[in-house]
Amino acid sequence: MSNLSNKVQEVFNEPGCGTNQGKSEKERKKGCTKQLQPGAAAGGCAFDGAKIALQPITDVAHLVHGPTACEGNSWDNRGSKSSGPHLYRTSFTTDINEHDVVFGGEKHLYRSIKEIIEKYNPPAVFVYQTCVPAMIGDDIESVCKAASQKFGKPVIPVNSPGFVGPKNLGNKLAGEAMLDYVIGTEEPEFTTPYDINIIGEYNLSGELWQVKPLLDELGIRILACISGDARYHQVASSHRARAAMMVCSKAMINIARKMEERYSIPFFEGSFYGVSDMSESLRGIAKLLVGRGAPEELIGRTEAVVTREEARAWQRLAPYREHLQGKRVLLITGGVKSWSVVAALQEVGLEIVGTSVKKSTKEDKERIKEIMGDDAHMIDDMTPREMYKVLKEARADIMLSGGRTQFVALKAKMPWLDINQERHHAYAGYEGMVDLVHEIDKSLRNPVWEQVRRPAPWEQTVPAGGRAVRAA
Amino acid sequence: MAKVLISKKACTVNPLKMSQPVGGALAFMGVKGCMPMLHGSQGCTSFGLVLFVRHFREAIPLQTTAMSEVATVLGGLENVEQAVLNIAKRAKPDLIGICSTGVTETKGDDIDGFIKLIRAKHPELDQVALVYVSTPDFKGAFQDGWARAVDRMVETFVEPPAPGSPRRRSLNVLPGCHLTPGDLEELRDIIEAFGLEPLFLPDLSGSLDGHIPDEFTPTTLGGISLAEIRGMGLSLASIAIGEQMRGAAITLEHKTGVPYVVFDRLTGLAPNDELMAFLSRVSGMPVPNKYRRQRSQLVDAMLDGHFFFGGKKIAIGAEPDLLWAIASCLTEMGSQVTAAVTTTASPLLERVPAEEVLIGDLEDLENRAANADLLVTHSHGRQAAARLRIPFYRLGLPTFDRLGAGHQVTVGYRGTRDLIFAIGNLFMAAAHEPTPSTWLPLEPQPEQLVQLGGA
Repeated sequence: MSNLSNKVQEVFNEPGCGTNQGKSEKERKKGCTKQLQPGAAAGGCAFDGAKIALQPITDVAHLVHGPTACEGNSWDNRGSKSSGPHLYRTSFTTDINEHDVVFGGEKHLYRSIKEIIEKYNPPAVFVYQTCVPAMIGDDIESVCKAASQKFGKPVIPVNSPGFVGPKNLGNKLAGEAMLDYVIGTEEPEFTTPYDINIIGEYNLSGELWQVKPLLDELGIRILACISGDARYHQVASSHRARAAMMVCSKAMINIARKMEERYSIPFFEGSFYGVSDMSESLRGIAKLLVGRGAPEELIGRTEAVVTREEARAWQRLAPYREHLQGKRVLLITGGVKSWSVVAALQEVGLEIVGTSVKKSTKEDKERIKEIMGDDAHMIDDMTPREMYKVLKEARADIMLSGGRTQFVALKAKMPWLDINQERHHAYAGYEGMVDLVHEIDKSLRNPVWEQVRRPAPWEQTVPAGGRAVRAA
Repeated sequence: MAKVLISKKACTVNPLKMSQPVGGALAFMGVKGCMPMLHGSQGCTSFGLVLFVRHFREAIPLQTTAMSEVATVLGGLENVEQAVLNIAKRAKPDLIGICSTGVTETKGDDIDGFIKLIRAKHPELDQVALVYVSTPDFKGAFQDGWARAVDRMVETFVEPPAPGSPRRRSLNVLPGCHLTPGDLEELRDIIEAFGLEPLFLPDLSGSLDGHIPDEFTPTTLGGISLAEIRGMGLSLASIAIGEQMRGAAITLEHKTGVPYVVFDRLTGLAPNDELMAFLSRVSGMPVPNKYRRQRSQLVDAMLDGHFFFGGKKIAIGAEPDLLWAIASCLTEMGSQVTAAVTTTASPLLERVPAEEVLIGDLEDLENRAANADLLVTHSHGRQAAARLRIPFYRLGLPTFDRLGAGHQVTVGYRGTRDLIFAIGNLFMAAAHEPTPSTWLPLEPQPEQLVQLGGA
């Protein structure tokens, strides 16, 4: 346990995090997240966060050591896509019982690893710790070490039981597991001056594939994406990349920073959401690669692609302006970086009446202020009741948010669009931005809204020979 | 009949089972003005919440005591107290239903004791009912958590009738967790047609049937009220649907003297005949024409459908009561249950019409379904069905990749009729078109030639 709490402290001490550096020693010790409020909390646990971060590695067997709740209630619920293996969608859990709780679950875990290797022979097994075995003192590190030696195969402990903190902490602890046990343990077959890592991109709904064709065109190779559509071998040999892009700022900053420290891989923080952000990201990649010795001409080729793609995107977005001009959006988002989407939505005439900044960094907030001008638009933590009110009173025309708040909008009979991890549409890159605007347009123009808002016949009085009017 | 086996594997692959606390929480969701809460780390609640949101496509009231590592070790009194106060303030519920989880059970938190302390300290909470049910994740399964929560509610709320108080023309219905909101609506219609008022505990048809409330409600949107639960002791009788509800029915009888009948299933012709006879007897009314007509329609559907069901091999993965209901009905149509996998122990299992019933997972089901004509289980069976390339009928919770899971009806004459149509249509769609080579004789094997020559 002391090992784990050291790890948690280390993650809280992340020097790459600006917010953290602004804190006093004491505040830092308390950790980087708000204390959870019993009876008023929402959101996943640290185990959830660790699993989200690593499960997109497609050829690995992901084994959850815990009672049925942790895996049985939640498996196969995310849309991370694979271009090859599908083992990551097979669910493995020790499903510990009362006997294990009393006598310890280590042997049960060991036998489970053995069965997986015998039946499925994956390149690696990841073992996720959960609260109950952590509580009874199951030492997953030792079990994994013993299993690795016995079976001659990497068995990686991911020590992030739910009760150590929220999802975001779990993302980082997952990153630590990769740094400690995976990254740098294998070598790529060959390297090129154009090898990059993309860190914190999960290929939800195949979003990586909206970006990859442009990288391919530029001759830039994704040595490893951590972790969308990744293979174990790619992550293990990712230390040979020339440069890295960090996509989701808060999730895996520790991986990017420590890889810079250990392997001198420079990184920048970028986003694939929004037209200008996508361009900046392509430029950022090219710049870092050239800085590491790639031929200078990459910059010029990148500019040409950016110019071409931007023109094409704006041209495709233009027709939507007519319908979307002046429509008001309530943007409640976690992972998708608000400000970059905001700029693109404004570009097609949408008005942002509010955006949540719960997971945005200080710099993000500055950017939002720059773009939207008004501080009042920023909402730190909106309750569902308030969202409902805004929509019911028609102070917004559509809400973009995650699945949890979907029904707040729908029950108010207002359009809603999923922009969270469970979403079924891909919104990355130039393609994705056009798709997002297309989806908003499709949703707003659906004739269903007019239908569902019609009062029921018993809610209206019909004067003789006259038209129906709404009863008082 | 069936041999009941327990999987010997160390590693569960593709779980069929979900955990007790979420089953308990769902039972609380059938009570009006309720906020269910899991006493555990916030992930326990988050996973349960997402599970139900995906299945019902509804907002789900479910809270957490958000236990941290330190709180878990020191004990959760403070967290339970804070959570109850926060919920009472924000959501103003009539009832907070508390389920324990694996982690707080491992610690051994005495929640009934906590509730006493909280009550003593906070008289302002007197208007909020608090019910606690012990549901460790590492024991039992979803249906056990549901059954225990209902039993606790009966024990806590139902009042023994005052001596000499007149019976009301109401009927208590204790539905198992395998019944959908649509099933409950169907039963409501049936029972009301006999002039009886049904009291469902829990009543998901009031809360999770997918309706549009006039106002935003942080608690459940409907369901049975606490006042109605208290009055269940005045009903003429209770019916438990599913073996899992026998315990709650017995508790109710002990407390109030209301007699009970267990219907182990309401899918199929014979069990619904029994239901009709029972309702007619209790109400003193003849079976309404509507249901005589529906019975006739079901018989006709069975005649039309039996061509497609006869001889079909079916693999089913479901919790015990649902497995029993569906396996029995399909067997009565001439199909054969060649693989049956379930989640937890039940006295029903050895009666299931199959050679073996395995308490196991979807990997076991997939391995046993290689020669099946149909796979029946919840949505997590989709990957197995795709690999096996056989038709897949989604049944049970969670059904997250189809619309209308809450309105899938498999009870009553009409529900059984529609189930026969739905599955029969899958068989029809999967029927193989003959080709010129379909009836080509196989190459005779050498030993067959010898035999033929000898004959």
